[in-house]
Amino acid sequence: MPAMNMVQALNSAMDVMLGRDPDVVVFGEDVGYFGGVFRVTDGLQRKYGAQRVFDAPIAEGGILGIAVGMGAYGLRPVAEVQFADYIYPAMDQLVSAAARLRYRSAGEWWAPVTVRAPCGGGIFGGQTHSQSPEALFTHVCGLKTVIPSNPYDAKGLLISAIEDDDPVVFFEPKRLYQGPFDGHPERPAVSWAKHPLGAVPGEHYRVPIGAARVARAGADVTVLAYGTMVHVALAAAQETGVDAEVIDLRTLRPLDADAIAASVEKTGRCVIVHEATRTGGFGAELAAVVQERCFYSLEAPIERVTGWDTPYPHAFEWQYFPGPARVGRALRRATEG
Amino acid sequence: MDRSPVLRLHIPEPKHRPGEAADFSHLRLPRAGSVERPPVDSGAFAMRDLAYALIRVLDDEGTAVGPWDPQLDADTLRRGLRAMALTRAYDERMYRVQRQGKTSFYMRSTGEEAVAVGQACALERDDVVFPTYRQSGLLIARDWPLVDMMCQVYSNSADRLKGRQMPVLYSSRAAGFFSLSGNLGTQLSQAVGWAMASAYKGDHRIAAAWTGEGATAEPDFHHALTFASVYHAPVILNVVNNQWAISCYQGIAGGDESTFAARGIGYGVPALRVDGNDFLATCAVTRWAAERARSNLGPTLIELFTYRATAHSTADDPSRYRPADEWEKWPLGDPIRRLKDHLVGRGEWSEAQHEAMRKEVEEQVRAANREAEAKGTLDRGPLPPVASMFEDVYREMPAELRRQRDELLGGR
Repeated sequence: MPAMNMVQALNSAMDVMLGRDPDVVVFGEDVGYFGGVFRVTDGLQRKYGAQRVFDAPIAEGGILGIAVGMGAYGLRPVAEVQFADYIYPAMDQLVSAAARLRYRSAGEWWAPVTVRAPCGGGIFGGQTHSQSPEALFTHVCGLKTVIPSNPYDAKGLLISAIEDDDPVVFFEPKRLYQGPFDGHPERPAVSWAKHPLGAVPGEHYRVPIGAARVARAGADVTVLAYGTMVHVALAAAQETGVDAEVIDLRTLRPLDADAIAASVEKTGRCVIVHEATRTGGFGAELAAVVQERCFYSLEAPIERVTGWDTPYPHAFEWQYFPGPARVGRALRRATEG
Repeated sequence: MDRSPVLRLHIPEPKHRPGEAADFSHLRLPRAGSVERPPVDSGAFAMRDLAYALIRVLDDEGTAVGPWDPQLDADTLRRGLRAMALTRAYDERMYRVQRQGKTSFYMRSTGEEAVAVGQACALERDDVVFPTYRQSGLLIARDWPLVDMMCQVYSNSADRLKGRQMPVLYSSRAAGFFSLSGNLGTQLSQAVGWAMASAYKGDHRIAAAWTGEGATAEPDFHHALTFASVYHAPVILNVVNNQWAISCYQGIAGGDESTFAARGIGYGVPALRVDGNDFLATCAVTRWAAERARSNLGPTLIELFTYRATAHSTADDPSRYRPADEWEKWPLGDPIRRLKDHLVGRGEWSEAQHEAMRKEVEEQVRAANREAEAKGTLDRGPLPPVASMFEDVYREMPAELRRQRDELLGGR
């Protein structure tokens, strides 16, 4: 099985879908001839032609607007928003149109749009190239929100997203594009080639939307994480020696609440980790679900480890980033109680 | 030392306000028949004068004149006249049932019937339209059943949209009528995307979209022009300039500084400006644009210059912001009367026939309304099953929504 990094795995997903389905088209800023600023669409225009993989004007609202229209026609558009931080001009098309079209027309029209957007920090991107805005989308009924943590899931989930008849917002943690980053920027970069989930089949396969994955089985505390923070949580468990069960949510909406409940009922403790800002973040929803489903199993308060409630600061990103030390302290607090 | 004058902020104001007499003498209205008709492969720059002109076919005597005369046969014109009269009668009935409390809200298109009906006349039945709430005439011109539209207005048990949308926000895939959005402008770039998809698939169908002049200020209008221009999308983008966006006159959307049609030129999109109350002219310009789109020549922007004769909606009171006599003084008249006069002048219609037709469409609307009310009204029901509110959020209902539905039904 070929080793792929996350960029190659995502590219392979679109390659497979362009090859299988003539209704799949891929577009966005710089995605055509050049192949994307992160190279995720590299080579696709050469292989499938400019009619199917093309450059778009710098207007995220327009990109999503035409995507909705194309979806209404019957295509399966895959639109790239160059950075998740740039997605806000597209909010109206995503929220009022893509997410609501099936409902408002009682199933007459729908928009099977996939929106890909690199998210998260750790590349000195400052406040406009580092954000994790997933909670803004999980709040929107009619949208699905997906965040993979490894190449194997990235490919399988992106194929599922493109094949899905509902609109999917697909966030790609850009710090994971080249390797399983565990939150230690001072250490040498690790490659996906040595990671079991860097082994990615070349052909078509799906990872289902709405199913979490146990990234590490454990008995003492459940860690709920997604994207980059899955690897940070794994590092924290190893560094503290706490026997944590790390759940990689993979999909935030629909949420695999059964997997969460099964784990927390077993461990009786829960730490929630995300890179996004804290207040109103997806961790708040997770904490609510855990207390609704598992209140009588809880033996300690639920912990949240998140980005601070500030914009992402350029010079202080490692003080901002909720790294293994902060997660480790939360694991200790949760298990000592 | 102060060398420059004191800066002053400009806030546009309409010419006249309530209590004053309406006066449209400032409008530049070219003579009917005086505007040239360029070939459909003309470029936006070469034909830029048309964005500042006003294409008119019917002159003051009701005669069709000039190069834009679409030469429509009398049967087509009588069908158009009937669809406009039916649209008006439908609007009047639905307005009345709202006042009777049978539904929550209504919006009429009175005075603007030649926009939707005249333009529908130039489109193929399978072209897909992306309208606003003031183009109900598109559905009527496409012979969509009135009862079905009324059931939507009542949100009743037979409402195909299951009581989810405010009145008038219709959707009819079978009629090629895209689901209406309450958020303004979104349909413009969507129509461009739909048209791009049609071109990508080697289809023959084109798209047409409408916006009011007010919502041209939304980014979607500029997205639509940019993307349509870049990809030569087979789409017709229509700005219905009915002078008023709720209480704001068209100057608040930028109409005092330039025409709305002229927005197209900067994008390289050929632009036409047309008398929106002239059925022959709205049909003719739309034919021109449709031919262009069908010939892979790309998009056209059309400004339809008209007047919103009634309130924005049943929740609006225009006597608070505009002179009461504007509609009667509107220099471009009533589209129904103008087409009627034209047909009468051609010897193809008479006052007696017109009066008989008016009664006929009123009776048609009354009968349809009886049928629709029998299926329910918003105030008295029956409504769609309440549990249906959880359907169609996603293709498959997720577990969490099933739980919420059961909670509602179980009365927890």
